[in-house]
Amino acid sequence: MKALMEVQGLTKRYGGFTALDNVTLSLSDDAPSMTAVAGESGSGKTTLARMMLGFIEPTQGAVLYGGKDVAKMSASEKRQFRREVQPVFQDPFEVFNPFYRIDHVLTTPVKRYRLADTDAKAQSLIEDALKRVGLRPQDTLGRFPHELSGGQRQRVMVARAVLLRPRLIVADEPVSMVDASLRATILDELRTLNRDLGISIVYITHDLTTAFQICDNIVVLYRGTVAEAGAVERVIGDPKHPYSQLLVSSIPLPDLDKVWGADEIPVTEANAARLNNGCQFAPRCPSVMEQCWRAPPPKFVPDTQRLATCFLYDGSAVAPDDDVASVFRPPETARLG
Amino acid sequence: MSAPKEVDPVLEVTNLNVHYDTGHGPAKAVNDVSISLKPGERLGLIGESGSGKTTMATALMRLTRPPGRIASGSVMLDGKDIMAMSARELRETRLRDIALIPQGAMSSLNPVMRLEEQIIDAIVAHTSGMKRAALNARVEELLTNVGLAAEVARRFPHELSGGMKQRAAMAIATSLSPKVIVADEPTSALDVVVQRQVMQTLGRLQDGLGAAVVLIGHDMGLVAQFADRVGVMYAGKIVEIGPVRQMIEAPRHPYTRLLVDSLPGIKVKQALIGIPGLPPPLVNLPPGCSFSPRCPFAFERCKNEVPQPQEVGDRQQAACHLYPEHSALPPMPVGPNDTEAQP
Repeated sequence: MKALMEVQGLTKRYGGFTALDNVTLSLSDDAPSMTAVAGESGSGKTTLARMMLGFIEPTQGAVLYGGKDVAKMSASEKRQFRREVQPVFQDPFEVFNPFYRIDHVLTTPVKRYRLADTDAKAQSLIEDALKRVGLRPQDTLGRFPHELSGGQRQRVMVARAVLLRPRLIVADEPVSMVDASLRATILDELRTLNRDLGISIVYITHDLTTAFQICDNIVVLYRGTVAEAGAVERVIGDPKHPYSQLLVSSIPLPDLDKVWGADEIPVTEANAARLNNGCQFAPRCPSVMEQCWRAPPPKFVPDTQRLATCFLYDGSAVAPDDDVASVFRPPETARLG
Repeated sequence: MSAPKEVDPVLEVTNLNVHYDTGHGPAKAVNDVSISLKPGERLGLIGESGSGKTTMATALMRLTRPPGRIASGSVMLDGKDIMAMSARELRETRLRDIALIPQGAMSSLNPVMRLEEQIIDAIVAHTSGMKRAALNARVEELLTNVGLAAEVARRFPHELSGGMKQRAAMAIATSLSPKVIVADEPTSALDVVVQRQVMQTLGRLQDGLGAAVVLIGHDMGLVAQFADRVGVMYAGKIVEIGPVRQMIEAPRHPYTRLLVDSLPGIKVKQALIGIPGLPPPLVNLPPGCSFSPRCPFAFERCKNEVPQPQEVGDRQQAACHLYPEHSALPPMPVGPNDTEAQP
């Protein structure tokens, strides 16, 4: 398999705190994919995203793009990388300079990467990018950020990324600050970009519902380690790791036959000390066993198209490869529209 | 819109209007809203950003600040009109009888005070003569009620996680056993597991106190998990209100239907359906029904005449011209998902 991006044994420590612990994940170059990375605050999902984007350097391990280590790229390679791997951030309010018109964030990349040799070409590129995300250029250009809604601003950021025709978009919680009614539309646009323009997408989120709807595969992180990974139908449809089970059962579904149980789940502190050895989830796990405290569980493969790092599946085969993508299912070629 | 009269309502809002004065005239953020709440009832109020739900929450406490003003209407709390109270009566009523759990508890706590001082502050402002030992015992009890350990009392807000701060805000809100709790998006910044813990804590507190709760949010799923009755706000008005099951399974207002449909499940992959268009500017509401520019069913009458709330089912009211001609909401017309309209 040729890889678009390879995340190899990636670890990030801040002082004594391990934000991400030895994560290996490769994104295939064979077909454009949509991969979700999910987990609670402090699970390391944003740390992973920032390293994939080359914003911060790993403590151990490496991010390879097109076979080259992002941390060791030459200036021209880095420039190419910056063009082909695009971020979309969480907060559509903070990413804009309030003194510049919307046009600024769109004309800057056109100039920087010399995408057009005439102003007319630049204009048509920008208009095309805006139309791709469902915005009307005549109503968007020339406005200031405060004149647009949060959903529109987030779409402008997606349009900016699309303008550069990237290979990969890393979207860190792109809709968590957007109204529920507008989320669906923005995510549908990401899916369309994936399908029509062949852009691979890494969708960082804590919302498993939307991950299920738009992604092929998912990686569930817990305190910097991979709890479960695989096809969304497997991991979200029938979770095996007790943490994924907790996550899935906590989704507030508008379904009165699926109300949360009355039993409260114990409160734990997100910033509590991490275990030196053993499973990170052990202190919260309802099925905790003696061995969970002694050593971290290997990546078991209880059925197909998923792995779960949990001793409950001791006896199942162990994943042949450290790469969690080794159990991923191939991306759907024909998705629902 | 009023509840059945077997039990006297603990909170009765009648024709409440809250306006923000702007250079172009008043923005009607709460536009002639009437609701009533029985003791122990859980009402969910949902709407998009800018639908007036937070304005509504602050107005219930009479905490509206300029440029906002309560233009007219009454809020009867246990028979007394909050809008007619003197400053002193109002100060005594807040927290004791009606308490607010604000949006983003992170910023509602004082960063330079230990948690116990903030809780005690609230109690001594309303009750005199409590000894320090009794106060400490009460703080511990309140923290235990919200699932926090007693030693958390000695901490500063920055030493708490988001979920813990939200619980701390709940401990303060329930410190005087209020009759009505107004919770304004209490979990908007929390992740799903913590959100569930916080909502379950709120439910348990409320059961213990027998208080009525107004839960404000934009997530139909969350409201469905918690509320007995759901009201849907659009452009400052309640466009539909009814028992939670009817609102989800048989909504009558097209907007409610679209809100429910915009939440995908985790059973089958489906096309993601958003609501096309944007809410109208509140300064210059379209004539007729405010939702008509975005409504797939809109017809001539909707553009001219403001629909009034009417009974459309058992304890369910909707403000929509489709009724009484129709007995249920017709199937949604399928059309291309239009691009987002501009304000």
